[in-house]
Amino acid sequence: MSAAPDHSPTMAQASLSQRLAPYAPVLLVFALMAFGLIAIPSTSSWLTLTVSGLAMGMMIFIMASGLTLVFGLMDVINFGHGAFVSVGAFVGVSLLLLLENMTGAPSLALNLTAMMVAIIGAMAATALMGWAFEKVIVKPVYGHHLKQILVTMGGLIVVEQLIIVLWGPEEIYITRPEALKGAVTFFGAALEKYRLVAVGIGAVVFLAMRWILRRTKIGLIVRAGVENGEMVEALGYRLRLVFVGVFLAGSALAGLGGVLWGLYQEVITAHMGNQSMILIFIVVIIGGLGSVEGCFIGALLVGLLQNYVAFLEPKVALISNIGLMVAILMWRPMGMIPVVKAK
Amino acid sequence: MSDPILTLSGVKTNIAQYHILQGVDLSVPRGQVTMLLGRNGVGKTTTLRTIIGHWRAHEGSILFDGEDISRLPTPAIARLGIGFVPEDMGIFADLTVEENMILAAVSGPINSARLDWLFTVFPALKTFWKKDAGTLSGGQKQMLTIARAMIEERRLYLIDEPTKGLAPAIISTMARALRELKDQGASILLVEQNFSVARALGDSANVMDDGRMTWSGEMQELATNADLQERLMGLSLEAHQ
Amino acid sequence: MLTKLLSGDMPRSPLLALILIAILIGLAFAPFLFPGVRSIDTAARICVFIVLVASYDLMLGYGGIVSFAHTMFFGLGAYGVALASTHMGRGFDALFVGALSGALLAALLAFVIGLFSLRVRAIFFAMITLAVASAVAVLVSQLSGLTGGEDGLSYKIPRELGPAFKFADGSLFGVKMNGKLLKYYLIFGSCLALFLLMLRIVHSPFGRVLLAIRENDFRAEAIGYRVVHYRVAATCLSAFIAALAGALYAIWLRYVGPDTSLSMEIMIDILLMVVIGGMGTMYGAVIGATLFILAQNYLQNLMGSAASAVEGLPLLPDLLNPDRWLLWLGVLFILSVYFFPTGIVGRLRSGK
Repeated sequence: MSAAPDHSPTMAQASLSQRLAPYAPVLLVFALMAFGLIAIPSTSSWLTLTVSGLAMGMMIFIMASGLTLVFGLMDVINFGHGAFVSVGAFVGVSLLLLLENMTGAPSLALNLTAMMVAIIGAMAATALMGWAFEKVIVKPVYGHHLKQILVTMGGLIVVEQLIIVLWGPEEIYITRPEALKGAVTFFGAALEKYRLVAVGIGAVVFLAMRWILRRTKIGLIVRAGVENGEMVEALGYRLRLVFVGVFLAGSALAGLGGVLWGLYQEVITAHMGNQSMILIFIVVIIGGLGSVEGCFIGALLVGLLQNYVAFLEPKVALISNIGLMVAILMWRPMGMIPVVKAK
Repeated sequence: MSDPILTLSGVKTNIAQYHILQGVDLSVPRGQVTMLLGRNGVGKTTTLRTIIGHWRAHEGSILFDGEDISRLPTPAIARLGIGFVPEDMGIFADLTVEENMILAAVSGPINSARLDWLFTVFPALKTFWKKDAGTLSGGQKQMLTIARAMIEERRLYLIDEPTKGLAPAIISTMARALRELKDQGASILLVEQNFSVARALGDSANVMDDGRMTWSGEMQELATNADLQERLMGLSLEAHQ
Repeated sequence: MLTKLLSGDMPRSPLLALILIAILIGLAFAPFLFPGVRSIDTAARICVFIVLVASYDLMLGYGGIVSFAHTMFFGLGAYGVALASTHMGRGFDALFVGALSGALLAALLAFVIGLFSLRVRAIFFAMITLAVASAVAVLVSQLSGLTGGEDGLSYKIPRELGPAFKFADGSLFGVKMNGKLLKYYLIFGSCLALFLLMLRIVHSPFGRVLLAIRENDFRAEAIGYRVVHYRVAATCLSAFIAALAGALYAIWLRYVGPDTSLSMEIMIDILLMVVIGGMGTMYGAVIGATLFILAQNYLQNLMGSAASAVEGLPLLPDLLNPDRWLLWLGVLFILSVYFFPTGIVGRLRSGK
């Protein structure tokens, strides 16, 4: 048996559909938006819903991205990921409540400074927690999915209870910083300022992540590690360290997502992380476990669909995401952007 | 002759409940190509994987330049200067050829002089430099995987079946590349099924059977003795060509 | 005879045998041994949860599949009974139809989810069941016209199972011979039968293949077993029995609501019971459920007194607050997965 002769394969014969296949998930987002435009009678409500769908999608992406990378890199599935969302929200919101005179002032600069403090505090806290979580909860059960699921779930329970011990069992209400309240009008559509900010932060996080993964050596190691960790180690890289780093970064992002989500809902509870896990799981499954791009597209799809459907037929909103998941898994059983595994 | 760069003594490796290596003794002299031969499934790949640390030796010692590496983690072994080309090539299909090469240059940015030299060894490499490695043909992938190991100077190369499944034209490119590497004075431990390649490159040869070394000696001796080949590998030289 | 009844799975530890016999006697004579409304409620709850947890163990301990939809299956059975009793009127036929249709629907749903996720990756199953179960829980609370929403449904069950029905005059050992006693024994008998059935299943050739798959699915596949088929079958069976347990619980309570049959809290309780009792042992379900429910009912008082004992110290009273007992269970849970993956039963059997 000899391999094909050494010439570069020609792409000329590939049909249009074959050539479009890699871009199909992205096109799906636009298709969904177009569907929304047709199904929703008024263009201005469509615009409002699209922006809130994108905002929601971006926040879910921020929360989910760490989970999918951690899985891709080390085959570790962290059911306690939601704990970071909750902790991030509680730390961030507590800081915002402390800085009330800054968030209450009608000054964008002061408001944003307070937001930055809250976000940095929340991310630092969740990164630290991620470090401890990895060491205590996850490390002893590498390579054992069943135990991973059980132990990380146990970790989630413990963290949720600790939040209640520290912050009390009641939900905490929070108002958004003064300058981020209200909406701007754009072509007759009311666009909530906060949602626009969320979209902006989400886009920045996604682009930064993409840049790191594509343009830095660490990023190359992570991408190569997702595909074939053994070979990355054989080249001389300590994958375990990289993994801990990714776990930390993923936890910090979940914390950021928690702050944004908390301000979006304007109320936080100890269980909010666990509740957000539902959407996070749907997103990472339909995106393709281990794929950051898939996770991003999946999150946008979920956010948009949820908002459109909630407007058209409120009761079906949550089920619509399950429907989306079923449809996508029927189309691509490993998710939209399946990750090639060497082993 | 100076002391060997790599010495395995009494190495035993178990995978699950199977005893794959049952006491392997092997020595790889400096600056030579050492062949590791034998039928399929006798433990050649496991031997290489044990050296690089993917599998753990349960017994025995692996001395690299006098240091026992049998307990070191894989990245530490690699950092001592061991380049590994696995049987399945270990290409990162999602990364471009360039990115594969950047990763392989562990100690820093790619040395451009060395890269230019690599382009003379594998001229084709230049033509698919920006492509995703996953889209390459089998031969191109094999070139990439060897080039990846060669991008930095290593003290020892472990190469597992570089000509497996390749067309004759590419096999000769591969053999030429290995010859270049050898001429630079590199130490190579090479698993090879293609006997003519083995005969052309090898200085010394080691034949394995059933997880043990059954014969060690000069490649020349093995290559010229059909009876010996028949006895050791169950196949004659003719049948291999 | 006993060996046959237990499908050859003897406790294999004197202490374990003793505990199991004690639990069996305690449950069999609960109305006589522990009179009082609360204790009989506890006994019935233990019976139902033994079946529920054992059915979960069938999937987790024997099939190696983690599901977060077990309360959904449990709830399907419960709501089946509730809806049938509401719409068909009180009667045994309503109970029967409700239980059976709930169980069939649960098995069907398990089949569909299993087909989707187990085919690709067993780990998908855990994530998908979590998502689906939460969606169903939300749906049930939203469709208040049908399900009563957050308030749930109260309904009537056959008169023969109510306290007003006297099947004999007077009382035996001070216990009234009324329908509630009958109802308890209906629950107890059904649960015992279901448990013995599950013991039989795990010791059948089917159960042994499941174990082989759990140990090494590649090898099982290589030998020629269709791993996916077995896993899906185990899931359906487990869902079916969980729904029956739900139906029994609905009969006992004469009420269903999201909190009693669908909530994530119950799901976590089930997980804790299985792991602490012992995965893949069946008897672990008995011990886990019994211990857990007794602790839930009685240990919390103890924590309350401990909390008041450390009153005034920082943080400690909060940590020992009876409402925080889940915290300590969570810690215990993690420790048991690490150090005693076979739980109490495994511990007892290994003779230490």
